[in-house]
Amino acid sequence: MQQIFNFLIRNKNSILFLLLFAVSIFLTVQNHAFHKSRFVSSANFVSGGIYSWSSNINTYLHLDEYNERLIEENNKLRNIISNINDSISIEKQLDSTSFEGDYLFRTARVINNNFSKVDNYLTLNRGEASGIKQEYGVITSQGIVGIVDRVNKNYSRVISILNSRSRINAQLNNTNHFGSLVWNGKDPNIVQLIDVPRQAPLKKGDTIITGGRSLIFPKGLPIGSIQDFTLDQTQSYYTINIKLFNDMTNIGYVYIIENVNKEEIEKLQETNEQ
Amino acid sequence: MNSKLFSNTARFIILVFLQVLILNNINFAGYINPYLYVLFILLYPFAGNQSLFLFLSFLLGLSVDIFEDSGGINAAACLVAAFVRPNLLRFSFGISYDHQNIRLAATPFGSKLSYVFLMVLIHHFVLFSLEMFSLNHILLILKKTLFSSIFTVILILLSLSLFSKKYR
Repeated sequence: MQQIFNFLIRNKNSILFLLLFAVSIFLTVQNHAFHKSRFVSSANFVSGGIYSWSSNINTYLHLDEYNERLIEENNKLRNIISNINDSISIEKQLDSTSFEGDYLFRTARVINNNFSKVDNYLTLNRGEASGIKQEYGVITSQGIVGIVDRVNKNYSRVISILNSRSRINAQLNNTNHFGSLVWNGKDPNIVQLIDVPRQAPLKKGDTIITGGRSLIFPKGLPIGSIQDFTLDQTQSYYTINIKLFNDMTNIGYVYIIENVNKEEIEKLQETNEQ
Repeated sequence: MNSKLFSNTARFIILVFLQVLILNNINFAGYINPYLYVLFILLYPFAGNQSLFLFLSFLLGLSVDIFEDSGGINAAACLVAAFVRPNLLRFSFGISYDHQNIRLAATPFGSKLSYVFLMVLIHHFVLFSLEMFSLNHILLILKKTLFSSIFTVILILLSLSLFSKKYR
């Protein structure tokens, strides 16, 4: 017994090191599992408060730019409204700015944004108190940003599309060939669309939009344009490099999308499976 | 003793804030960020309690992790750096470390550089390895480690010479 205690005391630093190291590895692994990072996130009272304080200063410096974006978006929306009385054609329904189904939009400000790591997150200044829940989509007027991952009372954390664990359903604008949107961790302006079947007609500059297969994003939101594409090893699927419309390094205000019918659809799909 | 406690506490807080509010947003050439907060581990009193030092380093990394949403990668990297520090001190400063009476500001530039550079290199390598979490990206890990290390070392040496009067 004495020897055990002596051993523990002699090696107390190594034991402390191993213990704390195990804790940090545990936190890291947990952070790598989608939706399970419970203990450590920036959407808490202290860091959220500090981030929103520093972004208050930061936003002020970018007011010009935000105004310009708003004017652009207003202009786009005005164009749609002024034409809507005539007739609603099929093209218009598929237009990237019109939304099908019942979606509820809320605005939020980005108080922290990462894009230089492999797994990036954003922090928003809205939380449960404003009706935000997990798995709500986040977009800007130019494109998609990510999916809400963790919600606190006043802040929420978003898994950016620039995250190695983000997979979002996306498709070609011209045809209905779809794939998964992922990121290889290199360039914050370029994301990859994988698993697009070989039959899909691809052209440089074609637009990629969100597909309607997930319950998070409405169909038809713009994502980016095709920069180049290659066939994978099996020669049956394309991997497409997509230039984002959105500048992920410079995001000020975002919209949070709630799919009002989500629960109903999920319930229906569950009964199908049984 | 009290002034030491105070200056270390102040350094801890200031470095965390500096890191998360300013340095994490530099993104030089897309992905190169300096991790200046390692300075706390470098400057912690050499003769201090080793267990407390390990724990404080862990806490330092964890505070940065909370802001960065990165799980525990900074905590692990700081812990490793703190754990190997005695060995590196002996390696860089030789016998004078064992007498526990060296001051970083008063050491020759060569041994100071080797101490700082090795510490930063180890910290960054653990940090980026855990961030990528896969061996497929080993080249990217090494690239990030090298470039960020150079950036960090320059910043650390600059701030050391800037504030060296205090420790004399």
